[in-house]
Parts: sequence; C-alpha cells; structure tokens
Amino acid sequence: MSPPAPNPPRPEPIIRLRQASKVYGQGQAAIYALRGVDLEVARGEFVAVMGPSGSGKSTCMNIIGCLDTPSAGSYRFDGIEVGELSRDQRAVLRRHCLGFVFQGFNLLPRTSALENVELPLIYRGVGRRRRRDLAATALGAVGLTGWEDHTPGELSGGQQQRVAIARAIVSNPRVLLADEPTGNLDTERSHEVMHLLCDLNRRQNLTVVMVTHESDMAAYAGRRIHFRDGGIEATD
Amino acid sequence: MFWETFMLAIRAIRRNLLRSALTVLGIVIGVAAVITMVTLGSGATAKVTQDIAKLGSNMLQVRPGQGFRGPGGARSSAPMLEAADAEALAREISGLDAVAPSASQALQVIRGSANRSTSVTGTTDGFTRVRDWDLAAGRNFSANELRAGKAVGIIGHTVWKDLFGGQNPVGETIRLNRISFKVVGVLGAKGQSSFGTDQDDLVLVPLRTFQRRIAGNTDVQVIYVSARDGISTETVRADMERLMRERRRIGPEKEDDFHVRDMQEIVSTMTATTRVLTALLGAVAAVSLLVGGIGIMNIMLVSVTERTREIGTRMAIGAMERDVMRQFLVEAVVLAGLGGVCGILLGLTAAAAGARWMGVPFVFSPGIMMLAVAFSAAVGIIFGYFPARQAARLDPIAALRHE
Repeated sequence: MSPPAPNPPRPEPIIRLRQASKVYGQGQAAIYALRGVDLEVARGEFVAVMGPSGSGKSTCMNIIGCLDTPSAGSYRFDGIEVGELSRDQRAVLRRHCLGFVFQGFNLLPRTSALENVELPLIYRGVGRRRRRDLAATALGAVGLTGWEDHTPGELSGGQQQRVAIARAIVSNPRVLLADEPTGNLDTERSHEVMHLLCDLNRRQNLTVVMVTHESDMAAYAGRRIHFRDGGIEATD
Repeated sequence: MFWETFMLAIRAIRRNLLRSALTVLGIVIGVAAVITMVTLGSGATAKVTQDIAKLGSNMLQVRPGQGFRGPGGARSSAPMLEAADAEALAREISGLDAVAPSASQALQVIRGSANRSTSVTGTTDGFTRVRDWDLAAGRNFSANELRAGKAVGIIGHTVWKDLFGGQNPVGETIRLNRISFKVVGVLGAKGQSSFGTDQDDLVLVPLRTFQRRIAGNTDVQVIYVSARDGISTETVRADMERLMRERRRIGPEKEDDFHVRDMQEIVSTMTATTRVLTALLGAVAAVSLLVGGIGIMNIMLVSVTERTREIGTRMAIGAMERDVMRQFLVEAVVLAGLGGVCGILLGLTAAAAGARWMGVPFVFSPGIMMLAVAFSAAVGIIFGYFPARQAARLDPIAALRHE
C-alpha cells in the first residue's frame, strides 16, 4: 500500500473576488452596485461576463481591471490584495499586468497605428527601437502588418479594434479585459475579432475576461457568468 | 522619458494647429512687447548718455547763484563771476584739463544782406577743449587775440550754412552789434542736444572782446571746466567749491552764492529718468504677457475636457497621475516656450525698426531675452499647472465613459 499522494497545491487563481461589494452613497441612500460577489478566474481561462445594464457587470469589470476597488470584501489579483494599493500602485499594476480593449476602441486620433500600439510601452519605459519592434510584432499578431502608418481615421472599425487589441497585448499582460469589444462592429467583423481573441487565449495562454451583450459572442468563451442585480445569477 | 513627453506635446499641438497658433499668439505678443519696450528704452538711455558725453561728461560748470537749487531771485542778488575766477581755477586746482570762462547774449549776426539771430558767446580758446569740440576749418583764437580783445569770431555750423551757404568763411567778415568781426574758424557740427536745442547755432568771440564791445561789462556768466581723464570730478568739484568760497569771501556759516554743476550728476539724473520710463513700459508690456498666460490656461482647460477619454485610456493602460500631469504641463510649457521664441524674434525685429525710426541706438541685451524666455516658461508652468492637475485627478472610470 502506497501512502496517498499529497494533493498538488491548487494554483492561486489569477483573479479572485471574495464577497466583493461596491456601495455608492451612505445610509438610506446607499446603492449596492455589487453585493458580495465571489468569482475566480484561473490562468488561461476565457470568461464572458453577461447581464443587463445596471446588473453590476461593469462595476465588477472596473474592480477586476484595478480601476476601482471594492468597498467591502477582497479582490486578489495574482495574489496581490488590490484594495490595499494606492492609486499609483494600481496604475503600475495595470501598466504591467493588464491589457484593456474598449467598445469605442479609444485610439489616439491622428496618430499612426504603430504609435498607438507603442503607447503602453512608453509608460513602461521601453526604449524607442525596442518599442517599434514590439509594436510591429503585436500588429503582426493581429494581422495588421503593413498598416503601421495608418491613422485610426484611415482604418475600418474592425481594423481599429484590432489595433486596440494589439495595444492591449503589446506589453504581454497576464489578463486581457475586453469591455464589449464587438459592440461597435458588424457581425462579420465581430466574429473576426472573437477569433482573434480566442487565438490569443489559446496560443499565448492569455487570460481573457470579456463583457458582452451578445450570446453568440459569449459562446466563444469557455465560461459565461451572468450578472443580475449586483450579484452572479448563474454560471455555465 | 522626458523626450517622449516632449514629442507627445508636439504631436498634441500639431493635432490642433490653428488653435495652438492662436494660443501662442498671446505669448508672442506679450514677449515681443516686453522685448521691444525694454530694448527701445535701453536705446533711449544710451542715447541720452551719448548726448551728454558729447557735451563732455567730465565737464563741470560754475555759475553764480544757487542754480537749480535756489529760488529764482537768488541769481540776481549773487555777484557775477569774473575772468580772474577762471584764471584762479586754472592756476590753483590740480587735475584740470581746460578752463573756459564765458558769457553769452542773443544777437543778430549779419553778413551782407543775410542775417540771423544767434547766440554770441565770449570765451577763450579753452572752450572747444572743454566741450570736446573740433574745428571744421580755420583755427582757434590766438593768445594775442584773446589778450588784446580783437574782433575775430569762430562760427557754428548752422551759422556757417545759413550765412555762407557752404562757402569758405575763413577770412570773411560778419557784423555783430555794428562791429565787423573777421571769421577765423568754423566749428564742427554737433547737432541737436538732448534738450532739443541746436548746439551749432552760435558765434564764439574772445571773452575780452565780448565784454568790452558787446556786453559793456566784465561779467562772466559761466566758467566751464573739464577734468583730466581719470581724475574724479567729485574731487575737482570739492576743490573748486573751496576755492570759490575763498575768492568770494563766504563765511563758514554762509550758504554758497554760486553753484558747481557736474555733468555726471546730470547724466545720472537723466538716465535714471529714462530707466524708470523703460521699467514702466516693460511692466505694461508684461501685463500682456500675463493675458497670454491666461489664454494658455483657457486652451489647456478646453483641451483637458476634450481629451478626457484619451486621459482615461492612458490611465487605464498604466499612466500614473504624475504622467498625465507631466504630459499637460509639458504641453503648456512647450506652447509658452514656442511663443517666447517667436516673441523674441518679433520683438527684436520691431525693436530694430523702432530704434531706426526713433533715431536711438539698438541695444541688444541678452539678459532681457533670457528673462523673457524664463518668464514665458514660468507662465506655461503656472497657467498650465491648474489644467494639468485637473487632468491628473480625473477618475479613470468616469473619464473612459466621457462622451
């Protein structure tokens, strides 16, 4: 009889919310945007967050993105207690570990695709030449080689969103947060973007958390989390 | 990192070229105004100093009465000076270069049918030396002419042009007070004094001739004295005052009944006046620089509002408060600095043109340019600070949602 094999230590999830709440206002006027949410996302997962507006999914995403902190409960990002960090420390955490993709792309106007992608590297203090190389590689990864010098105005919506994705992954983040990345795109472009995100998730083992309204986009994710009234209603 | 921020600022400025240009214009005008005013003011100061130097900056004058200080009546009650005073000064005061006692009167000077009202001054050969005045033609008075009171004259440039029309006057005759004078010399042109009078409108005659044949007395109205180079006019002045008190027998308790005027004193008074005026003009111009600064603040505030989403995006991808702050501050300083440089160029051009037009020298002072650049950069920092802080304090979530 061999002794029972010791349980391998369960790896710490990259995202772990414990009884996280967010309250606006005080006393009678207090509004709960988030009521005691428990959520874990493991490394390499692709999670879709769904729910009607006002369900708390945006607040939850802001907390996960370290743009906001929970008023109660705990949020650990890769083992770091985010609630204890200062504003600047959270900025540094975002700079090094998170990538953001927005519904409205949020690219700098009249600025070339390459320079847009370089932006996070500037804040990381990467030298000029290396920045160029990394940005060109990232643009290549989203299939935009040859479009480096085009400004957002000269690109289609789908291309713009791919530039934004390149900007999010250029700094090699641990988690990519996408807030309705296909909200401004037609169906065909939406599927292109989703294929790209899946590809990044699979090939680079990039953790992706995506907010979406559209169930056919959410279908790409490995797991779907439904929010309602500030809490998680269901997971599938 | 600073270079990146600088390039970022340049890009942001170029993104809205017309607006940036109009913003910069405020600073351009402010800096240009300051530079023009101060440069022209310095030019005017230099001109006054030069003019007085033409009179002879190491010159002193002795006059009877209390000069500027006493009431008007004091002059008439004080006894006049005499030729012997000038001789005593020349003999007993060390460090003097030349002494010229003189007396003047306005008279008609006639040559043939032409005549002109001019100032006739009786003096000695020391006059041209004291006043640092060259003869354009002819010669100075000889010792014999001075001693004997001969009827000879040296005419000023204006009198020469008016009566002789450019012909050689030496050896010709002019009439003063119905007496014929032989012209022996012509003075070089000095032009207008800084008080606006024509310095060349005069005729010099020997003092003794003037006293005997024109004034009919032995009065000397003023004694011009020049100190030798390197001799302090202060010391000379003190010595002269002592000697004059002795000669005029003024008791130790009594006030002087004569006055020694030092050209240095006049120089410093006049330059002080122009300096005050320059400072005043500069201050008025500085106000426009301030207005330019407010323009920068205004535009930066608009820019922060307009670029709220950009700021939110930058924060989301990892910009700290101080990164955003620096970005907007550098942008304001670059705008102001650009305005400063353009303002200097415009100001120098305007000052050069103005100096030519006003007939004052163009005084190039690097100090004021450095001050203007520093001031415009300071304007950028001061007026850029508030909008930059506003940008840095934005909540990234609200900024991202901003439409």
